[in-house]
Amino acid sequence: MNGILDFIAGLGRAVLDIVRMAGRVALFAAVALSHVVRPPFYWRTLWGTLVEIGYFSLPVVALTALFSGGVIALQSYTGFAQYHAQNAIAGIVILAVTRELGPVLAGLMVAGRVGAAMSAEIGTMRVTDQIDALSTLSTNPIKYLVTPRLVAGTLALPFLVLVADILGVLGGFTVCVMKLDFSASAYITATIASLKVMDVTVGLVKAAIFGFLIALMGCYHGYHSRGGAEGVGAATTAAVVAASILLLTFDYLLTDVFFSQ
Amino acid sequence: MTDTIPKIRIRGLKKAFGPKVVLDGVDLDVMGGTSFVVIGGSGTGKSVLLRCILGLITPDAGSIEIDGVDVTTLSPRQREPYMARIGMLFQNGALFDSLSVWENVTFGLIAAARAGHGPRITRAQARERAGALLEQVGMDPAVGALSPSELSGGMQKRVGLARAIAARPEILFFDEPTTGLDPIMGAVIDGLIVDCVRRLGSTAIAITHDMASAQRIGDQVGMLYEGRMIWQGSPSTLFDSGNPVVDQFTHGRREGPIKVDVRS
Repeated sequence: MNGILDFIAGLGRAVLDIVRMAGRVALFAAVALSHVVRPPFYWRTLWGTLVEIGYFSLPVVALTALFSGGVIALQSYTGFAQYHAQNAIAGIVILAVTRELGPVLAGLMVAGRVGAAMSAEIGTMRVTDQIDALSTLSTNPIKYLVTPRLVAGTLALPFLVLVADILGVLGGFTVCVMKLDFSASAYITATIASLKVMDVTVGLVKAAIFGFLIALMGCYHGYHSRGGAEGVGAATTAAVVAASILLLTFDYLLTDVFFSQ
Repeated sequence: MTDTIPKIRIRGLKKAFGPKVVLDGVDLDVMGGTSFVVIGGSGTGKSVLLRCILGLITPDAGSIEIDGVDVTTLSPRQREPYMARIGMLFQNGALFDSLSVWENVTFGLIAAARAGHGPRITRAQARERAGALLEQVGMDPAVGALSPSELSGGMQKRVGLARAIAARPEILFFDEPTTGLDPIMGAVIDGLIVDCVRRLGSTAIAITHDMASAQRIGDQVGMLYEGRMIWQGSPSTLFDSGNPVVDQFTHGRREGPIKVDVRS
């Protein structure tokens, strides 16, 4: 009996911890967002973060999208060839890339690359008193460090996903035409016929939300890191794990909202 | 020295972190234009005291008055004008890695202008001002182009000092200004601190456990022990205070009323 009670108590504590954490993150995000419309604005930080996320993440996102599009085409062919349904492959590739693979894979890549970097940078600033120094120099640390990163994450990821969509389709096209001897013109025609503005738009909306969540997790965990190098390392890990889980959770919820009939 | 109202008056300041009581009713008066040095062992709450005055930590109880106004009762926005009058030299310099030295030095000036607390300043003017400030702390203005990571510990402290005095603050705080420096560089930093405080006519509070530094910087010295200010006196009496706790600490004796837990 005691074992059951202990289990329920432990479960309750865990739920309370999660709720408490969600409340803290929501408050942190609300404070940061409230600075979006209140001057002063830190354009240089915003621009620097936009370049860091949008430009320097391009190679990793591009390669991921290119190969994923190719893999989808190859796997689809293996299955569809049995039923002589190869003509559907172009439609499958563009649907998978624009709706799911583009936003999710780009999001996961950016979470690993940029979310970790944000958390490590802000965490290091925390443990070396640089955040306290900001406060003593007439600067609100959340306004200076967090708000521009949240805005940059929200704006940059849709751009990356647009690139990922194009390269993902290109990957599928390359595999189908170069390896599987599809007709290039037929593949392009089928792709255009299957392309839906709604799919691309929802993919970009997902990307904006994912970008916001990745930046939020990076900033939140970095801002609250404690205890020197070990604390910064723990914050960085937590930021990437939390961003990845949130990203996949929101992916399901958004898919349910936009596509379930 | 002529003021009758202390520039900084602290009464009954308390702060605990969970079960650990760090400040247990600190009382302190610092008169305008004077330097007060707080000494005490590691973990006795010296940094917490400074952070409470700066508003970086919210005290559990007590008052902190600056020019007669209790700043603990003010909202963050109401505190901003008071914060703009304070300069702080952090223990490790706390220079911003992502900015050059000159941008670090004039960060507060540019931020104050942005926030409407200070005069407008262009980046060219800021760079020129940074050069002058670096010269005031004995550095070549050309250092302004470097990154903080290219500087030695002593140079980083000097840049931190230049940043702290850039806005000509009425109040200056120094957190362990000589920690990690060799004795000569420590004396150089102390000399610069004394020069800057005198030139600006600022009120200063420094925290340290370097007795030589305390004697060089302070007009008054106080010892924080078990959360309270247990002794205050002139730096000349530091090694002969008549208080057994202070005497054990200043002479670095192992035996005495201070029990050091070597396991922690």
